[in-house]
Amino acid sequence: MRELRVTPIKNGTVIDHIPAGMALKVLKILGIGETVSSTVTVAMHVPSKAMGWKDIVKVEDRELSAKEVDKIALIAPRATVNVIRNYNVAEKHVVRMPDRAVGILRCGNPNCITNLREPVESEFFVRPGEPPRVLCKYCDRELEDIAAAIV
Amino acid sequence: MGSWKGRDILSIRDLSRADIEAVLKAAKDQVPVAEGKKVSRALEGKILATLFFEPSTRTRLSFESAMHRLGGRAIGFGTPEGTSVQKGETLADTVRMVESYSDAIVLRHPHEGAARLAAEFSSKPVVNAGDGAGQHPTQTLLDLYTIWSEKGAIEGQSVALVGDLKYGRTVHSLAYALAEFGASLTLVSPPGLEMPREIVDRVKQTGTPIATTHRLEDVVKGADVLYVTRIQKERFPDPQEYEKVAGTYRVDLALLRDAKKDLIVMHPLPRVTEIDPAVDATPHAKYFRQAFNGVPVRMALLEMVLGAGG
Repeated sequence: MRELRVTPIKNGTVIDHIPAGMALKVLKILGIGETVSSTVTVAMHVPSKAMGWKDIVKVEDRELSAKEVDKIALIAPRATVNVIRNYNVAEKHVVRMPDRAVGILRCGNPNCITNLREPVESEFFVRPGEPPRVLCKYCDRELEDIAAAIV
Repeated sequence: MGSWKGRDILSIRDLSRADIEAVLKAAKDQVPVAEGKKVSRALEGKILATLFFEPSTRTRLSFESAMHRLGGRAIGFGTPEGTSVQKGETLADTVRMVESYSDAIVLRHPHEGAARLAAEFSSKPVVNAGDGAGQHPTQTLLDLYTIWSEKGAIEGQSVALVGDLKYGRTVHSLAYALAEFGASLTLVSPPGLEMPREIVDRVKQTGTPIATTHRLEDVVKGADVLYVTRIQKERFPDPQEYEKVAGTYRVDLALLRDAKKDLIVMHPLPRVTEIDPAVDATPHAKYFRQAFNGVPVRMALLEMVLGAGG
């Protein structure tokens, strides 16, 4: 008997190769909460040849913005984003770690000028790695918990 | 000096070794003017704005003295009380206003990253005069200048940084810069006030020899420079933590008995109890000279970023 854990979707996005345990953070990045209008499927702790274990998130009737993809890259550097149109994979790409993270993280240093009411977007330098290291352009501090700092 | 005109001075790490050497040499030439023995009109007609969102006697007065010595003028405030800042104005707006009244801005602010933000909103050069626990590049430059002018070189000197190495911002930037110049470092701090690991790691990456200890008496004998800092009460979140470590180190004549003859003792000032006033009369004491050096170093920098004669 065939066991179908995750059904194919007609239109939407499949985010694969998320590090095991990070799927809920991906949902947070996508703003998926109580008021979501389409079907969202989450598979956690799925066996993976490349990663050992991984998480998968499928969101129907939605394609991701560049900013959302950058946010996902910061917590899931090896994630793949598959855009599904009419049951076919229309686009498939590996997320690319941005050199700079602009307006997507809040500085963890409470004394950083960007946490005041100033008309600037936060900006961080990203050094690749797993996990990547990010440094605030303004106060020079390294962000300790990237996932918690995503806005 | 062409590449200096209009340049922001935000962090010592924005300056290369060659840049720093250029400032040190220019500062040496400014000494007779800083001492009032020669007159300069290099910055006549220029206006410097000094915006001090938290008080700092030495830094503000030495910047203003530097500007006046070069024939320029200084405007500004030494505390935000009574300014539009208290009415809730953003730093970005304050800077946009002030840049239209002046040729360069010197900024001291309690929040880290303030100077970088100010520089983004100002077409005029911004000089960071201390941002919270962050950077204070002109202090580092005058510290380097003091070592260079007193010892003839920075490379090869054995420098002991003493005191609060965790919260003390001057020692963080100084450690980077000394490493860049090839000095060797010994870090002396009470337990719990050690230099942050990321800074030690970055210094080590330069290949600089670096030792750490809690005992000041062990390092005095081999040191060329003793850089003493105050344990700053205001940076401690917990007053009990402060009481535990206050007064750990005291440089006095007994401690200096075994020191090298040409050891220099430095301190960014103000001092409280870290250096016995009896040391002031010895040839080791260079902290007041160091405070004076703030003037020629800031003169050199102001002349460079304002493009003297331009």
